[in-house]
Amino acid sequence: MLIGFLVLLVLQFVGELIVMYTGMPVPGPVVGMVLLLVGLIVNGGVPEVLRQPSEALLKHLALLFVPAGVGLMLHFGLLKDDWLAISVALVVSTALAILITTLILNRSAKKLQQLEESE
Amino acid sequence: MEFWVFFSAKPLMWLIITIAVFLSSSWFNRRVGNTPLLHPVLVSLTLIIAFLLLTGTPYEIYFEGAQFIHFLLGPATVALAVPLYDHFGRVRKMLLPLVVACMAGAVTAAASALLVAKALDASTGTLLSLAPKSVTSPIAIGIAEKLGGYPSLASGLVLVTGALGCILAPPIYRILNVEDEAVKGFGLGVAAHGMGTAFAFEYGLMAGAFGGLAMGMTGAFTAFMLPLLIPLLGIG
Repeated sequence: MLIGFLVLLVLQFVGELIVMYTGMPVPGPVVGMVLLLVGLIVNGGVPEVLRQPSEALLKHLALLFVPAGVGLMLHFGLLKDDWLAISVALVVSTALAILITTLILNRSAKKLQQLEESE
Repeated sequence: MEFWVFFSAKPLMWLIITIAVFLSSSWFNRRVGNTPLLHPVLVSLTLIIAFLLLTGTPYEIYFEGAQFIHFLLGPATVALAVPLYDHFGRVRKMLLPLVVACMAGAVTAAASALLVAKALDASTGTLLSLAPKSVTSPIAIGIAEKLGGYPSLASGLVLVTGALGCILAPPIYRILNVEDEAVKGFGLGVAAHGMGTAFAFEYGLMAGAFGGLAMGMTGAFTAFMLPLLIPLLGIG
């Protein structure tokens, strides 16, 4: 468990270093996540020592958003000015994203099913 | 210099309040049938912000205690690779259409949000915080920070997007006549991250698994895509 947690922290650290030295505008932990994914694919499985701390963290992921979210109280002015733009943008973009993703995938899902049936 | 042995009382109090309020909100949400409109994070934010405003406590003081929870977002983001790996195994055969659908969905989500908000005269700070709104919170907070938006505004918009996705998806699936469980789950994961994924589990385990896969893929892809998309749209 502790070894796994250390691995997560070290990969985040390596991710942050890569971001710092390459100047990539990507969050360090995301680079760490890609490194871990590549590592798991190479390894061909998730070691138990890594699965335990990962699942413990992800089980309570929602709690981890709260401190940043409370920072919304600093942005009431912005919300007051831009609430209409934000609301319309959120509704339109969420509907469009579901629509486009589903349209693309539905076609290939049907094709795949036909392929499997014809095999 | 005094040696710092124990955590002093005040930061500890905010840490306790954060966890206690979140636990109560989660319990309350289960009691009202897990509705995304009363998501535990949304309820916790409202209660804690109200309490801070009532007691006249500045956010910086609150964060002195809460930062110890916030810090765990980093390792938790790295840990997202574990469920992502688990799902990858199941879907190797369909990987190409899934990757294409995820990329198209992620670009659509970000570009349409930015264009609509820009047309309605939103400020640049708002636009940069709006860009990662379909991405799971830990990644979205990181992205907003990198882009020069407001991480806390971004995390709030991510939550609202999640709730909207759960409300909008069922009628869209009815109109498009989508029956495939995997497709339903994947669409929810791309547009509405973890909240969409949780909702997708109600269609079935398969839908939930595809939602989780979509959430991870969309998060990683969006982190690399937005720095290219934003200058293209002439923002920032």
